[in-house]
Amino acid sequence: MTTQLIGEPVERREDARLLTGRARFIDDIHLPEMLHAAVLRSPHAKARFTRIDASAALALPGVHAVITHEDLGSANAPMPLLNEDPGFIYPRTHQALAPGQVRFVGEAVALVVADSRYLAEDALDLIEVDYVPEPAAVDLAAAAQPGAPLVHDDTESNVACRTADNTGDIESAFAAADFVLREELRPERGAAQPMETRGVVARYDASLEQLTIWDTTQAPVSARGVIADKLGMAEAAVTVIAPDVGGGFGVKIYLVYPEEVLVPFAARMLDRPVKWIEDRREHFIGSNHERLMVHRIEVAATKDGRILGIKDHFLYDSGAYCPYGPINAQCAQAILPGPYKIPAVHSTYEAVYTNTPTVSPYRGAGQPHGNFVTETAMNHVACALGLDAAEIRRRNLVRPEDCPWDSGRIFQGNTPFIHRDSDYPAQLAKALDALDYEGVKRSQPAEREQGIFRGAGIAFFVEGTGISPYEGVEVRVEPTGHVHVTTGYPSQGQGHHTTLAQVVAETLAVAPEQVVVESGRSDRFAWGVGTFASRSAVVGGSAALGAAKAVRARALDLASDELEVAPEDLVLEDGAVHVKGAPQMAVTLGALAYAANPINTLTSGAEPGLRAADYYRSPDGAIASGVHGAVVVVDVATGMVEIETYVVVHDCGVMINPTIVEGQILGGTAQGIGGAFYEKLRFDDDGQPLVTTFMDYLIPTAMEIPSIEIHHMESRCSLNPLGVKGVGEGGAIPAAAAFAGAVEDALEPFGATVRAVPLDPPAILALIEGRAES
Amino acid sequence: MKPPPFAYECPTEVADAVALLAAHGADARPLAGGQSLVPLLNFRLARPAVLVDLNRIAALGHVTVENGALRIGAMARQAAVEADPGVARGWPLLTDAISHIAHPQIRNRGTIGGSLAHNDPAAELPAVMLALDAEMTALGPEGTRTVPSGEFFAGTMETALAPDELLTEIRVPELPEGTGWSFREAARRQGDFALVAVAVLLRPSGSSSGIDARVVVTGTGDGPQRMREAEAVLAERGTGGDACEAAGNAAAQASEPADDPHAPAWYRQRLVAALTRRACREAAMRMGR
Ligand SMILES: Cc1cc2nc3c(=O)[nH]c(=O)nc-3n(C[C@H](O)[C@H](O)[C@H](O)COP(=O)(O)OP(=O)(O)OC[C@H]3O[C@@H](n4cnc5c(N)ncnc54)[C@H](O)[C@@H]3O)c2cc1C
Repeated sequence: MTTQLIGEPVERREDARLLTGRARFIDDIHLPEMLHAAVLRSPHAKARFTRIDASAALALPGVHAVITHEDLGSANAPMPLLNEDPGFIYPRTHQALAPGQVRFVGEAVALVVADSRYLAEDALDLIEVDYVPEPAAVDLAAAAQPGAPLVHDDTESNVACRTADNTGDIESAFAAADFVLREELRPERGAAQPMETRGVVARYDASLEQLTIWDTTQAPVSARGVIADKLGMAEAAVTVIAPDVGGGFGVKIYLVYPEEVLVPFAARMLDRPVKWIEDRREHFIGSNHERLMVHRIEVAATKDGRILGIKDHFLYDSGAYCPYGPINAQCAQAILPGPYKIPAVHSTYEAVYTNTPTVSPYRGAGQPHGNFVTETAMNHVACALGLDAAEIRRRNLVRPEDCPWDSGRIFQGNTPFIHRDSDYPAQLAKALDALDYEGVKRSQPAEREQGIFRGAGIAFFVEGTGISPYEGVEVRVEPTGHVHVTTGYPSQGQGHHTTLAQVVAETLAVAPEQVVVESGRSDRFAWGVGTFASRSAVVGGSAALGAAKAVRARALDLASDELEVAPEDLVLEDGAVHVKGAPQMAVTLGALAYAANPINTLTSGAEPGLRAADYYRSPDGAIASGVHGAVVVVDVATGMVEIETYVVVHDCGVMINPTIVEGQILGGTAQGIGGAFYEKLRFDDDGQPLVTTFMDYLIPTAMEIPSIEIHHMESRCSLNPLGVKGVGEGGAIPAAAAFAGAVEDALEPFGATVRAVPLDPPAILALIEGRAES
Repeated sequence: MKPPPFAYECPTEVADAVALLAAHGADARPLAGGQSLVPLLNFRLARPAVLVDLNRIAALGHVTVENGALRIGAMARQAAVEADPGVARGWPLLTDAISHIAHPQIRNRGTIGGSLAHNDPAAELPAVMLALDAEMTALGPEGTRTVPSGEFFAGTMETALAPDELLTEIRVPELPEGTGWSFREAARRQGDFALVAVAVLLRPSGSSSGIDARVVVTGTGDGPQRMREAEAVLAERGTGGDACEAAGNAAAQASEPADDPHAPAWYRQRLVAALTRRACREAAMRMGR
């Protein structure tokens, strides 16, 4: 009998180690003779310098080196551009150490290596740099204007990239409209802030001429390529290992951060292991953010609430460099029509350089911004037309009978955004029911008389997941009967090892305990790219399934020879191949693996081993979707909001492990609520960051996150063999829009209109009092 | 985020601690629970040459009631005072206010004396001690002196303590039978420093309204502020009708917050009005009015 594992809430195999302190995170790595590094960071948003005087620092006992751009040579060549964009005007990428010019507070200027981190920081205080500050471009809208201070002197404007995506006949759409909504929406998002900051440990083995790098990266295989290139070494001489990583959320994939070059460089130069652990302040200024977009949107609608067209022109704050490409803007642009049948959508984004830390994807990658724009605009159109927010959505949804429905939009990875395999109207009905939407609306008049301001908000999301590039998985049966599964993409806590084991164990009919999973080591498996964009289950899971199926087919072939029975008459059960109807005639997978390695009789050219690798890419990705709904009560004297009910209806296709799916949704939603209400990075006019601690950057805790009610809708994805859609980011995408909608609904008697998030209590009180926002 | 070098002393007697402070003067800093000082060290915002650790001094940890008055040793942990049944019976305002300080883990380490000596402009304890008319006992090379709370808090992170003085004890007088109290706080998240917090004490008295009111607000400026106009409104008009609202407005008017990254000034004034109004009503209810 084959045990079903896909779809079961199997306990996470990672948890025993993680929860009992046996995990090995980057800072748990201690090597003999290890030195410690600290980074000197720019105190100016924009400045030039000609001289770095490290003599006092070097004179401090225990300091081994101060490395500046002059020491790096070719290792300081600009980092690669990861994603092209058709509208690029000025692609600019960062360098490991700033060569005479700094472009944001926090940019790396020098690396100190010392006996301890304490000494290294003492040495930082002693380094003198002759900075000459220059005017900085900080505010997004101002930086986009002609005549703004230039972030990159070799450009004529801070607009790095201008890209349009036009679908349908926009002129006719607007000509036919009964009503046009025009407004500026300003979704803001902060930074991922994983519990573990970044870190790098490097050891150079001079006798083997081998460099080993432990790195909190989401992409060790790709990082190996970049680091080897920068250090002028063969990839074969460089190993990158992602150890246990305490959360990634996008901020740990950059290819590469300066420290990922600097620390190995120092280890090789000094012939001593070197460790660098980012502290929280550094993480705020030296790691990437997600920040403001400013959308000028126009929505054409008929008086009965059908949306005919959307025009959107938006600015995207790219920070000082754009090595990732303006992916966030691309994703925001692609999902603008949401789950709605909108005949014409014309949009253009301008990615703008500013003298602030670089922006790259954080859970959702611009989709939370795009989603906020569309869903908030839907609310505002409904309000203007006197329609209910749920009703206007119902009238515009793509219906199952319309599918496949090509929205005409192009998502990250050049993926066409084609709706299929989901039932949006049913999702809406379920969300409204779970929220008791009608009940909330019915009670409002009486409650408002008593000074209670309760409101309900809903927001749809559609999410591009499972996109290119490919990932690969190798499955190998050992003579011991264990099944060894290896892949390149690492885990940052998602439970990949559990879900991969479920897929492989079910396919090979072995107990999951027999399956050993390894990931994130470039010396074990060096194909594929990394973990991001809700891809792993779709792309890696499908590759695992393909590899396991190939192993199963080979096992049946081998057993057919061994047992002299036709493969059709064999079954794979309980870790062994049996003859149908004669279970005593069996050979175990371990024995077959042994037989598959005929050391003295192998035919030249044949492959030994009971193993297979498979590589999977999903050209059309997989669209996940759902609805978030919130009921809130606003204290109109203080602007404080209580979230009474929070409902998530979602469809991520087949759930390999429902518990893991729920974990992803809860965590994502918590981060979404953070973005909706709490988290904001601020800079002063000179580009000095005002938020560099957890005293000022308010991440919601368990006390602030309400209990979240999850409803699964499991429609199989027709595009991949597992039937899965990604689930990593969806939770984070619609929370801000749902929350904003609920606050607007609660404050309807005040005519409150939300145009920006996060919505902190002063902003909410300003809505009530009709103040221009602070 | 690693501190610069410092020397470390850990005396077991109060006298030795005071002698160390006298010897090193302004270069030395007492270390209590470390919940404020250690972050300052890690950010290199404080660079004392010597840390005098008070954690091994057994004599500073007491929480006792004597002749009706409460005596708290400076090193008593916030969590210990929060859990003390005698405190809860006699000074429920204090118990309630402590539950708003940070999180249990921090209150397990953080001390009453540390919070008062630190005098963060949004901290709960200075406001409460001011409302309760507490007296601070300080010990220096010259001996012991007593400072009323009205003179102790001297501006943002400033107190009447000299660099070579230790805060050793806090004495809180008994509250008369029938005293009403309330502590109201608005913070962004559970456990954050207050955006604004208000402590209200209503003691029965012979005034025209039968109330002697104490209204203290924190979070709006450079430390706890007594809102005398609001107190006067309550003493005159009691708590009925719109008196609580008037007291709230008077307090808001007297407060002078500045814009900061957490909130604009006008918003904090709204909070002062709303929280004072609510605190007065709650204290009145507890008073049986
Ligand atoms: C995450 C977090 C959240 C917090 N939230 C809050 C909050 O909401 N409200 C709040 O009020 N506080 C909050 N705090 C601060 C906390 O209450 C501290 O415990 C308190 O401010 C300082 O007390 P301590 O015992 O830790 O003192 P320390 O940090 O050890 O010392 C603080 C200062 O007082 C001096 N000092 C200490 N004891 C004496 C003494 N006996 N005589 C003379 N000088 C002395 C020290 O030299 C130092 O300058 C928070 C702290 C953290 C880490």
